[in-house]
Amino acid sequence: MMGENTSGSFIKSKNRHGWLFVSLALILLGVFLFYPIVYSLYLSTTSSRGIVQKFVGFSNYARLFQDSMFILALKNTLIFFLIQVPIMLFLALILATILNDKTIKFRGFFRTAFFLPAVTSLIAYTILFKMMFSLDGFINGVLLNVHIIKSPIPWLLDPFWAKVTLIIALTWRWTGYNMIFYLSALQNISEEIYEAAKIDGADKVKQFFYITIPLLKPLILFTAIMSTIGTLQLFDEPMNLSQGGVTSATIGPGNSLLTLSVYVYNLCFKYMPNFGYAATVSYAIVLIVALLSIIQFKVMGDKK
Amino acid sequence: MKKHYSINRILVYVFLASMFIVSVFPFYWMVAGMTNTAVEVIKGKMTFGNQTLSNITTLFTTYNMVRILLNSLKITVFTVLGTLIVSSMAAYGFQTYASPAREKAYSIIILFMMVPFIALMIPLFRLIVKMHLLNTHIGLVLTSISSVFIIFFFRQSFKAFPYEIIQAARVDGAGEFRIFFSIFIPSMKSTYAAAAIYSFMSSWNAYLWPLIILQTDKQKTVTLMISSMSSAYFPEYGVIMTAIVIATLPIIIVFFGFQKYFVQGMLGSSLKQ
Repeated sequence: MMGENTSGSFIKSKNRHGWLFVSLALILLGVFLFYPIVYSLYLSTTSSRGIVQKFVGFSNYARLFQDSMFILALKNTLIFFLIQVPIMLFLALILATILNDKTIKFRGFFRTAFFLPAVTSLIAYTILFKMMFSLDGFINGVLLNVHIIKSPIPWLLDPFWAKVTLIIALTWRWTGYNMIFYLSALQNISEEIYEAAKIDGADKVKQFFYITIPLLKPLILFTAIMSTIGTLQLFDEPMNLSQGGVTSATIGPGNSLLTLSVYVYNLCFKYMPNFGYAATVSYAIVLIVALLSIIQFKVMGDKK
Repeated sequence: MKKHYSINRILVYVFLASMFIVSVFPFYWMVAGMTNTAVEVIKGKMTFGNQTLSNITTLFTTYNMVRILLNSLKITVFTVLGTLIVSSMAAYGFQTYASPAREKAYSIIILFMMVPFIALMIPLFRLIVKMHLLNTHIGLVLTSISSVFIIFFFRQSFKAFPYEIIQAARVDGAGEFRIFFSIFIPSMKSTYAAAAIYSFMSSWNAYLWPLIILQTDKQKTVTLMISSMSSAYFPEYGVIMTAIVIATLPIIIVFFGFQKYFVQGMLGSSLKQ
């Protein structure tokens, strides 16, 4: 790249400096990232009760298929993924498209307002939502007052409504964040394309589906994969939406908010610790993330 | 034709306005809640009350908020500083002193960016126990300052730096570390600002890992305290709201003060490729 006519000793010193600069990070990553990931893989083939630990091969992985709690957590997580992610990304796309229209007034103001939820901590907004959605809380109060409902909705007391609450909360927190991605990409699309489409008689809805979405495809893929990783790791929200937080017996009514990551936590720190099996579940999460990402690549990434 | 257009326009504004209310209302409610009693908060009272002082007093006396805030502050400051130094040095090393071996090391660490934290949590916890760092802030900081994402972010941004400047400084006899600290860093301020904000957010708001590693009330962070306050048998909602406001305030200030860097930091370098 540079310095073609430098001496050998200079190259050597350059190389030494290269290692010096990266060494701190490499040591820390080696100890606190690389080693745990590899060790976790080994752990997933062992079974432990307290301090006794023995090698069991793949039997932990076989156990996954018979573990009703694991299957419930997997089902819940996939429901959140399949319903929440598309709603959120679609809404973000619509908001970005509207705010990209230069004839709309107060665009900067709306952009800031929609992004604002993304600055809250996951715990803070979850607890806000838990209070707003309590049985005699704010949301039910408003809905009763405008006569949309006759009796209060048991938001956090019923398995179905608890899931709905979590989906609403997640959508509130992350839509504006995704919108910003789309908005910055839309600003790079030349207006001539839209002008030409307008002349050809395409209305705004057609423009959205035939121009905006195809052009943003790579970015939609990127946000979809980021959201997949996020959903598979859902922990803070379900834990704090349930009645007693970390100490609660079930995560949401009837474990309706039990996600895979919460299950790993429970296996380690709530029940009698079985780190081996917990590591197996965490590797199952890694595999599912990889699988879902590959599927999304195949479905959306055909044209690169 | 003209009329049809304006009805559409009105609908768009109605949509925007309702989305605005949905996005911003919880912030208003949070501030209003700070001024009300627990019962008023849970009943959804929307107007301001006069409980602010009593809520703040309870928070600072019963819950020892000063200590908790200092814990969070200390952890965040050291994590951000550590992350910036370690990650930017690494990114600089990978970028400026290109070599096949380091390139290989770089691609291996990038591969690990996709691995969810949960997959390394258990061995990391056992490692911390073995190192006698359980329930210490050092343990938390030490495990949080190695961020693959931030190394990646720095390297992407460093690609735009004109390397002739480094060459010129070498000719002038400046040492490699001096070039980095007194020429390179000052000219990359905006990149550092964006990375600092990202790192600040993730450290200040962290929950799962601090929950596992910090086990006594004395060591807890603001985030952990809010979570445990709300899972109490009789939660004091007005006090919780006050704590949430105090925990959210620093981020909002940073957001409005450095909006450009903030958004850049949150989105990372994904858009630059």
